[in-house]
Amino acid sequence: MPYETDYTNQKFSVIGNRVNRPDGVDKVTGRAKYGADASAAGQLVGKILRSPHAHALIKKIDTSKAEKLPGVKAIVTGDDFPDFTGGNRSLMDTLENCMARGRALYDGHAVAAVAAVDAQTANQALKLIKVTYKKLPHVTDVDEAMKPNAPIVHDWIRTAGVDPAPTTASNISQRNEFGHGDVETGFAQADIIIEKTFKTEQTHQGYIEPHACLATLGPDGVGELWVTTQGHFTFRNMCASLLGLDVAKLKVTSSEIGGGFGGKTHVWMEPVALQLARKSNRPVKLVMTREEVFKATGPTSSTSVDVKIGAKKNGRITAASAELRYQSGAFPGMWGMLGAMTSFACYDLKHVKSVGYDVLCNRPKVAAYRAPSAPMAAFGVESVIDLLAAELKMDPVEFRIKNAAKKGTQASYGPVYGPIGIGPTLEAVKNHPHMKKRLGKNQGRGVACGFWFNFGGQTCTDLNIGIDGSVNLTVGTVDVGGSRASLALIAAEELGVDYDQVRVTIGDTSSLGHNDTTEGSRGTFSSGMATIFAARNAVDVMKQRAADTWGIPVDQVVWEEGVARAKGRQNSNLPPLSLKEIAAKSPRTGGPIAGHNEVVADGAGVSFASHICDVEVDPETGSTRVIRYTVVQDAGKAIHPDYVEGQFQGGAAQGIGWALNEEYIYGDDGTLQNAGFLDYRIPVCSDLPFIDTEILEIPNPNHPYGVRGVGETSIVPPLAAIGNAVSNAVGVRMTHVPMSPPRILKAIEDAQ
Amino acid sequence: MSGVTVSAKVNGDAVQYVCPPSESLMDVLRNRLNLTGVKEGCGTGDCGACSVTLDGRLVCSCLVLGAEAEGRAIGTVEGLSQDGELHPLQTAFIDHAALQCGICTPGFLVAAKSLLGRNPNPSEEEIRYALAGNLCRCTGYDKIVRAVQSAAKVMRKQKRS
Repeated sequence: MPYETDYTNQKFSVIGNRVNRPDGVDKVTGRAKYGADASAAGQLVGKILRSPHAHALIKKIDTSKAEKLPGVKAIVTGDDFPDFTGGNRSLMDTLENCMARGRALYDGHAVAAVAAVDAQTANQALKLIKVTYKKLPHVTDVDEAMKPNAPIVHDWIRTAGVDPAPTTASNISQRNEFGHGDVETGFAQADIIIEKTFKTEQTHQGYIEPHACLATLGPDGVGELWVTTQGHFTFRNMCASLLGLDVAKLKVTSSEIGGGFGGKTHVWMEPVALQLARKSNRPVKLVMTREEVFKATGPTSSTSVDVKIGAKKNGRITAASAELRYQSGAFPGMWGMLGAMTSFACYDLKHVKSVGYDVLCNRPKVAAYRAPSAPMAAFGVESVIDLLAAELKMDPVEFRIKNAAKKGTQASYGPVYGPIGIGPTLEAVKNHPHMKKRLGKNQGRGVACGFWFNFGGQTCTDLNIGIDGSVNLTVGTVDVGGSRASLALIAAEELGVDYDQVRVTIGDTSSLGHNDTTEGSRGTFSSGMATIFAARNAVDVMKQRAADTWGIPVDQVVWEEGVARAKGRQNSNLPPLSLKEIAAKSPRTGGPIAGHNEVVADGAGVSFASHICDVEVDPETGSTRVIRYTVVQDAGKAIHPDYVEGQFQGGAAQGIGWALNEEYIYGDDGTLQNAGFLDYRIPVCSDLPFIDTEILEIPNPNHPYGVRGVGETSIVPPLAAIGNAVSNAVGVRMTHVPMSPPRILKAIEDAQ
Repeated sequence: MSGVTVSAKVNGDAVQYVCPPSESLMDVLRNRLNLTGVKEGCGTGDCGACSVTLDGRLVCSCLVLGAEAEGRAIGTVEGLSQDGELHPLQTAFIDHAALQCGICTPGFLVAAKSLLGRNPNPSEEEIRYALAGNLCRCTGYDKIVRAVQSAAKVMRKQKRS
């Protein structure tokens, strides 16, 4: 029987309480096991040899000397990976990215791998592998890569989404267009038009835990993979496809994950570990170094964005258009498409058009980074919004309120919005005490809005009631930020028991049906929904057990506050039966009591945010200090407010780093110059103030509790909030992120 | 392989191990002594996830050789709780939700304990600068600083009573 997904506006007993997370003790004592913390008897250490060139033909790989080194048990190259992709281009891209097939496509691209008895031997073996390269011309800049005479990364790429279909090779893998109305008509109606180009540099998700796995794979095609991942089911499917294995014979267990933010949704080296394990018939532990993480996993795109917005003197926008160019690294992606979809999502527009391009270049394969593609688009759009407001002498918050999307607005990317939070977050910003704080010398304030869709996806959950009434909840969405606490709260709420009575486990791939990856802000939303339904399933079973015990029809039984009650005057002599009592009797009433649910969680609600930022810029050094930061975001329903606040603060901090400091710096030879935390500098504790948060709750009508996913939106506004703040502080419009000290000084200088 | 034999103390317990001269203390602790609470985030001393104390001094164990620990006392996160009771810092981190993925947490706890041992009543600024050697990518540091402030208060109270 399918359960209702509609929001019911019920009163909660435990939802919203700031309880202690169930894995807290493990994590503060060092007991929790992450990707590199598992070991197996007889294990080998895996190491990967990587291209030092941005683009090169691999003429020959001579592994003979390495094979003879004592302690080396297996060596693999591209030749050790037969093609099981069945013509699926996307699978082949993944395979080729894990191990080069005849051509190195970026600095750091894997060309060979070894498994040896210890790390020293493995590293020595890498040095003994002789690779003969023939260097090829390379390109790393997104605009350069689009030029007609740019070095071509893949000669089979023909730009998709262009009519007539091109016949010559290009680095532009696809073009996507979104919008409605007619922007030429709209611009003709405008009193003022502002048009500007922006650039953002490449950044990495920067999770502190490098990729790591422990792989076993026998000659019988049965294997196990312990891995740090955001989606162990997705990894299972991917590895099985690439290696020609049966999905059910590969058991993937998700370790605790030390940060992902989208970068651990994709396999980078796990198929290599499995293949080394198969070849050596021993467990292989493969852990990336920090340098490898920067060079050979999935950073986000660098971009170049043109934004044009026109408005009437009264402040109403008449037309908005954008062309957005995103590099996807050495393989195609859909990042330009996402950028085009999100650019104008915050606004109610009659005429809007965004065109996104995905562009190949000799950089690592781009992966999702928290609301992928949205921050860069927002940087451009929110900066132009501020310029328009200034030109019209309107308050920047008022200008946004005047044009904000609302229920019934057709979004720039297509659908019609239900009840949404952009207006409320702007009103909250307008009235926030932060706005009243007086600014000092060299200080500036910026506001910006942001949007992210949320996803539902396939979810499968098991709930089992123990003989003593304590509850095991097994879910399949990896816990990246504390969702176990929220899911336990949900189960406790539905069953009517204490939070402490519920124990949440992330099940391995043998224990549950498929669960989609924890991405798209879906973890709490979808596993939460499946938990609600699994609990209701268990409650149905318990009501039946109570009915059987009492000898009455089950439609006379209700479940309230953790007990079964018999309704009706004729049953008034029957005392209620608690969950504990029903559980204790279960061996005699029909056996173990469980609830189960598989669902494709539809109806994910969108999440909007508005941020306020105050900065102080030193005019002599260009150094910027963030002195105050406020996040206001719509969560639909905050199941556990501490962890919702945590998402707001964490996303803001990443955005601040991206806005002020973080970038991939490439040399003229196309190699990455700053592949380490010293020179790729993420915010440290002394860089940031306390980050104030305000949670708004505009319920999502398509979730029983009104939940919206919150994990990603808060990285979307910071680039623009800081851009607007710095621009106000120095009196010069900033158009290039990160706004590092040399860029700020140059902007000030150029303006004088 | 020629190994160096080392005798040292870890969290108060005597240990002995043999390691290559070039092996880091971090790798010794994690791979030879199975103390996986020490984490490798970068291997180059930039992230603080491998923080331990060496004779009471806060160090990145990835920048110390296993051989250098001869005759010295090492403190890791595993030694924070005593007699089955969590240290006030550990309790404060849980109570204040000062961790999300938790990978940086052991390093922060060791670093914070080291700070409070030197300065039992630090200002917000002093806390932020003392912890600037520990990277966190999840939390934005807000709840971490609050947890340290809270634990410092509890520890000052405990000392008085």
